[in-house]
Formats: sequence, structure tokens, C-alpha cells
Amino acid sequence: MGRRQEDIGSGGSSLSPRVIFPNKILPYLLVAPQLAITAVFFYWPASQALYQSMLREDPFGLNSKFVWFDNFARVLADPNYLNSVRVTAVFSLATAFVAMAVALLLAVMADKVVRGRGIYRTLMIWPYAVAPAIAGMLWLFLFNPSIGSLAYMLRWLGINWDPLLNGPQAMVLVVAAAAWKQISYNFLFFVAGLQAIPRTLIEAAAIDGAGETKRFWTIVFPLLAPTTFFLLVINTTYAFFDTFGIIHAVTGGGPGKATETLVYKVYNDGFVNLILGDSAAQSVILMVIVIALTAFQFRFVERKVHYG
Amino acid sequence: MIGQSPIRIGIAHIVLILGIVVVAFPIYYTFVASTHSLQTILRPPLPLVPGDRFFENYWTALFGGVGRIGGVSVGTLLLNTTVMALGIAVGKIVISILSAYAIVFFRFPLRMMFFWLIFITLMLPVEVRILPTYKVMVDFGLIDTYAGLTLPLMASATATLLFRQFFLTIPGELVEAARVDGAGPWRFFKDILLPLSKTNIAALFVILFIYGWTQYLWPLLVTNRNDMGTIVIALKKMISFADADTEWHLVMVTSILAIVPPILVVLFMQRWFVKGLVETEK
Amino acid sequence: MATVDLRDVRKTYAGNVEAVKGVSIAIADKALCVLVGPSGCGKSTLLRMIAGLETITDGTVAIDGKVVNTTGPAERDIAMVFQNYALYPHMKVYDNMAYGLRNRGTPRDEIDRRVREAAEKLELGALLDRRPRELSGGQRQRVAMGRAIVRNPKVFLFDEPLSNLDAKLRGQMRVEIKNLQRSLGVTSVYVTHDQLEAMTLADTLVVMNAGRVEQAGNPLDIYEKPASTFVASFIGAPPMNLLSLSQNGDGPALPDGAKLAAAPKGAATLGFRPEDAEATVANGAAHEGLSLPATVEGVEPVGAESFLYCAAGGGRIVVRVAGRATANPGDRLEVKAKPEKLHWFDREGRRVSSI
Repeated sequence: MGRRQEDIGSGGSSLSPRVIFPNKILPYLLVAPQLAITAVFFYWPASQALYQSMLREDPFGLNSKFVWFDNFARVLADPNYLNSVRVTAVFSLATAFVAMAVALLLAVMADKVVRGRGIYRTLMIWPYAVAPAIAGMLWLFLFNPSIGSLAYMLRWLGINWDPLLNGPQAMVLVVAAAAWKQISYNFLFFVAGLQAIPRTLIEAAAIDGAGETKRFWTIVFPLLAPTTFFLLVINTTYAFFDTFGIIHAVTGGGPGKATETLVYKVYNDGFVNLILGDSAAQSVILMVIVIALTAFQFRFVERKVHYG
Repeated sequence: MIGQSPIRIGIAHIVLILGIVVVAFPIYYTFVASTHSLQTILRPPLPLVPGDRFFENYWTALFGGVGRIGGVSVGTLLLNTTVMALGIAVGKIVISILSAYAIVFFRFPLRMMFFWLIFITLMLPVEVRILPTYKVMVDFGLIDTYAGLTLPLMASATATLLFRQFFLTIPGELVEAARVDGAGPWRFFKDILLPLSKTNIAALFVILFIYGWTQYLWPLLVTNRNDMGTIVIALKKMISFADADTEWHLVMVTSILAIVPPILVVLFMQRWFVKGLVETEK
Repeated sequence: MATVDLRDVRKTYAGNVEAVKGVSIAIADKALCVLVGPSGCGKSTLLRMIAGLETITDGTVAIDGKVVNTTGPAERDIAMVFQNYALYPHMKVYDNMAYGLRNRGTPRDEIDRRVREAAEKLELGALLDRRPRELSGGQRQRVAMGRAIVRNPKVFLFDEPLSNLDAKLRGQMRVEIKNLQRSLGVTSVYVTHDQLEAMTLADTLVVMNAGRVEQAGNPLDIYEKPASTFVASFIGAPPMNLLSLSQNGDGPALPDGAKLAAAPKGAATLGFRPEDAEATVANGAAHEGLSLPATVEGVEPVGAESFLYCAAGGGRIVVRVAGRATANPGDRLEVKAKPEKLHWFDREGRRVSSI
């Protein structure tokens, strides 16, 4: 019947249910709570961050003057900031790669076994419930040079292990903790992604004479690409923002500035060192990064729909 | 299904078991540590099996108060964290379901603008507006309050988007039928929409509960008093690697107590959680 | 019980899309009025305006003599059966039927009595504790009917209620709906795009096209005297044969030049139904009425009857013959129709009465 055609003018997207409640005030009341919180805690502070990023305060916070993009220029020229960019890049990529690689391996194995699949999944999702900061502390407990049992083993193996003094070792430790917490999440998605691959395709490849390894890299892995891309974005975002707790609780950005990520630096400059203008400018740069990541994610999600 | 040789299946099981060891070992070992005395912990390596201090350690931590965090008992911290996690989960669900309801089932001026205003908050995580948000909290006198811990985290686009997506799949005819049956906006919401959203709500609850429970930066900013802190923040305060006087056995107990509630929520609601997670993020 | 009166009802959507362009229909008490027409003709919009689910841009809708333009759907005392049934998926059959009554504050025992009575009528008694997803298509359809019946409304509205059923079940349900409507004596408006459904169900048939009423009346009258080429081709299966005529100096003629003695003035199209024509081997015998040479292009035996698809009079026509057809593709035949079985339409497609 003429539903579709007749829908044209009825307002809004053709997806939305056409029938609506004719109510003038109610809808405003319904969106009010969310809008109020959004305005007070999101838009107002974000606009303040924008404004502040162009202000320069004297050390006593008595005077401030509008300096346009000076703060940005200084921040971007600051070797500490550039170090922080590098640290963040290394940290994020390493975390995303380790968390995804381990999860993919486990998911592929879980896809193979029939017996015990449920139990494996149940045991695998625990770390999802662990706060990143706690994950960091657990790993630190294991690898802490004075009392950590695994640090004890490393020393016994002849490795000079002290993440509290050695920058690269500190990085390894936070990456391990951050990746560990994220494995469960990635595992669930890879398992779902693998299950969505039609068995017939894999069977067809087997009939075409592809061995198991070949099947994985030529059929399974490419078909898993949407999931992999999606997880890459999610893991990068996670490593960028949600790992603040790990850094703060485990290394405090140190030793030196070896693990000072961008988010940690925003916090440290603004909250501890009280350099407001610089911190705000860094916030704005982060905002741009988030917007880019979100835009990327949505573009990609849209494409994924076509993959079915 | 392609036949798998027993050897390959065997290898798969071994890899999975190794994976689970990696994934579960830190948690298990923490539990082991929480049942030993401080002296045992300070002399590595720690035994692989639990010790005999279970009751003693847990009793002290839960009711005794821990020196480094101003003598606040872990019980208080658990209460604070539970309030925060529940507050955020319930608050977010209520706020989001209402706004999604308005946006999908009503037509009103500025509707799309509101939708975009909510949508854009996706791009404004706390981390990019730390200081000004803190200032707002100070101005409203929300530092060291439950409202301060929960309110700002209640508004987010994800839950609203999820509900909107789900509402859009509800056939228009169902709404029409309800209207013919004499259901107004409230009755439709209560009798039809809420029951149909049950699974979504359950899934979202798990995800948001864990989100709230594992918050770090936010409670760090808005709580100064130790007795308003969350368990995660308190843990951080209990540890000092420079000092020798960290009460590691109590730290371990606190860690376990901080981990167990969200794990229980995940395990008991696993079915919805997995479904919700995979669907929410799509 | 009630009448339904539509007066010059119009619906304009945002962007000046006119879906309904002034429709007036009077439906008598206890009558079953069927709105039929192709997709997008405005019939569903019209039904939804009667239901109160769609605002009325202009004109009036009156139920039982009272104008209900601004009354909400719940207050119009109507019940509706939807195309996809629109059963509440989380409620049992019983609750699906009871929901509307509960919202109206009907006492519990009264609800129970009415639901059980309706279930009895529709043979749903054993299914009251099931949920919609546990039912077959036909059973869901019954529940949707039951939900309408229990309300005991002034008017039933049906929005293509049978379009999701398979052909056999559709035929069965058609009969049931008709009987039910008769025995309950509730004024009903029924929307469909299926002309067979429309013909068999309607007390009053309203054929709609492009937002307007093409013809309204008794279904057989419409069948016998279609008011326009649109109605002629929409009602009846296979549809009426239509051949366009050219205007010669002395009256309308077929494209091949053959004169038509009986043609009234101004006729631009000639129509006759497949079942009103007769195909014989050409014998040149004089014939009163239409006589067309035709070439058989295809034969469709259906069992009790056969359809001959022919090229004739500069167009394509269908002729129904009883039983098994003897003709084969390529055969040349003579197609004949009696003068009283011929329909004439003017340039605008309106019917011209043959004098």
C-alpha cells in the first residue's frame, strides 16, 4: 500500500515511526534533564576550555589577557609536549596492537573448540570489570622491584628489572597492564565477528585447497576487517583516555617523563602545576583529536552497514 | 563444518588455557596475596596458594579502617563506589530513555537541534575539559558530594543513541494500535515501550555500572575528603612504593573487594552484557 | 451503531503534497464500505484520518453524526485491525485483547467476560495464554480481530488486514470477516488494494485514484457500469479490454479503420470485459454489436476456463472461453460482443452512455 510514498511529507526521517503523540510541552520536559546536564557539565566547560586556551594568566592568577593562539604555539613548540605526543603514540599503538593480537589469537582458538566455549568466554571476560587503575596496580604488584614475585623471577633470569627507574621498562609495564584489561573486550568482538563469517565461505576455500593458515589470512582475516577496524578505533580511544588511571596510579608519568601521555599532561599542567592557559590549549588539541577519531569511527560504521 | 584434527583442537585448548592463565592470573594472585600476612608479601616470591590470614585481613580492611587513607574503612569506600556506580547507571538510563522517547515519538520545534546537541557530547569526554568542569563543580558546591560524583557523568550520547536506535525499530503500527486502545504518551511508555526495552536496559545497566565503578579521573577531581572517595582512588592513595610502610596485605584485600562487585555483575548478567556490548558499540 | 460521513476531506502534507483531494463518502449504519485503489491513492491516509491517527487538513469527518476532526483516536470509539496486526509482542493474547478495555477503566469481570466471548467467536480460546510470536499468521490475524471486537466500538477500521496471509487463508478469512461484520452489525471501513477482496466484501465499494474518489456504489453496479477507464481496468480480473478509438469524419473508428456503428458521440475508448466477448472462427456472418478480427498470441488454460490473448483492433485484448480452449497461437479468430456489453469512454476517460 502507499505507506512509503505517503510517508514523504509527514516529517522527519522515513525510519522513525510516523505516528507521534500530539503534545506540545511534554517532549521538552522529557529532554530537559539531559539537556540541562549537558549544558552545565559539557558545553559550558568546553566553551570555557576554548576561551581559556586563548588566555594568559600571570603566575598569581590575578590578571589575564587574551593572547589568541599564543598558548597553542607555545604548547606545540614545547619539547615536553612533543615528548608527550611521542609517548602517547607509542603507548596507544603498542596497547592496541598487543590487546588486539592476543584477543584475536584467543578468539580464533575459541572459534575452533566446541566443548567448553562458554566456560572460556566466562573466564575471559573478567578483566573487563577491572578498573584500569586497579589493573595497573595489580601488574605493578607483580612486577614491583622490591616485592613483586614476577620481578623476582625476572631478576633471577638475570634481567635488570626496575620499571620505577627505567623508562622503557615502565612503558612495557603500563602497556602490559592497559592491554591486559582490554583483551576481554576485544575477545568478545572478535568472537562475534568470527561467528558472523559464513561457514560456506570457509568450506569453499577448503575445497579450493587452501590450508588452515592460508584460509585464515586469505578469507577469515579480510572478512574480519570491519571488526578489526572498529576495534582499532575503540582501542586507540581507550589507550588515549581511559588509561589515565593506569599512568596516574602506576608511574605518575615517570620515570622522568617516559610515560607522560597527553591526557596525563593536561591533568598535570592544569591541576598540579596550575598552568591554566597551556592546559586549556592542550585540552582543545585533545578535543580535535577526539572529533577526528569520532568522525573516523562514524564513517567507518556507516561502511560496515554495507558489509552486512 | 570442516573436520578439525584432534591435535589442532588440542592445541586450541592449550592456547586458550594459557590465555586464561594470563588473563586470570593477576586477579588470582592478588587474591592469594590478600590472604597472606604483610611479612610474607614483603619476602618474594609469594606462594601460589592462599595463606591463612583470609578472615583477619578482610575483617581489618572492611571494618578496621586503613591508616593511609585517614582511617576510613573499606566498607565506606564500597558504599561510596556502589552509590556512584548505581547512580550513574540508573541516572543515565532514566535520562537517556526519556530524551530518546521525546526525540523519536514526538515532533516539536528544535527537535533535531536537541538531538545534535546530545550527539556532539560524544566528542567531549571529561578528559578534554578537566579544569572548567572542576570549576563548575566548585561553583555549585558539588565537591565531596554524591551529586558531584554522579550528575556530570549521567548525560552522555551513547545511551541516548542506543535507545533511539532501538525505538526506531518499533513498528509505527504498534504505536497506532496503542493510541486506538486509548494509551496516551505515559501509558504507551509504561505499558509498551518499557517492557519492550527490558533487554536493552539490562545490557546497558551492566555496561554503565562498570563504567561508573571503574571511574578514576572524575572521583580524583571531585573528592578531597577520604570518606567520600571511591575504592579505586583509595587504593591509589594506599600504595606508595617509596615508603616501606604500605600495608600490602590490606591493599590486596581492597583490590579484591574493588574487583569482585563488578565481576559479579558481569558474570550474573553475562547474557545481556555480551549482547548489549556487541550491539551498543556497533 | 453509527454512520460515518466524510465531507470534502483533504489531506496536505508538508511540502504541499496532496494525498487526499476532497473526498466525500456517506457510509450507512451497519454497512461495510471498502476503499480500494492502487498504492498511493490515498485510501490508507483516508482511513487513518477516520481513525484519528492523521490530522485532517480540510473538510469534516463525522461518526454517528458528530464531527470528530479534533477528537483523539481513543475517544472516537473506533477499533482498528492493522496490516501487520500490531499485536503487543510482550503481552499474552488475553492481555492484547484486554489492553484497550483496561485503559478505559472497564471493570475486571466485564473485561474477562468480553475477552472470553470474543475468543469463543474467533476460536482463540486455547491460545489466550500464548504470546504473539508463538502464533501462526492466521492466528495473529484472529487476535487482531479479537482486539477490535472486545471493544464493541461504533466503527471497525481495517487496514489491509489480509495482505500478509497466503492466498488460501486469505480466502477463508475474507468469508469470516464478512460473516463476523454481518452478525455484529458494526459499521466498517475496509482498505485493500485487492479488487477481488473489495468486490466480495463490500456493501459499498469506493474506488480511489490519486487522492480522489473515482466511483462509489454497489460493487456489482460498479462492475457493470464503470464510471471511468481507471475503474474499468482496476475492477475485474483479468481487467476490461480497452481499445482506443480514432475520430474519423463520421464518428469514432478503430485504428485499423473499422467503423463502429453503435459508438456514441465523443467516444475515445471502447471497452468490453473478457467474459463478455466471444471468440469464433471467422465466418463473415453479420453481427449486431462488435465484431473484431483477432490473432491469437497466447493461450492460458486455467482449468474451468481459458484465456486467449489476442492482437485485435490495434491493441491487445483478452477473451475468456469456458473450459478447454481449442485455439492455438497464430489462429485467426473473430471476437464478438453484444452491443449492451460494450462500454464507451470519452477523451478524459469518463463513461459515455450509449444512447
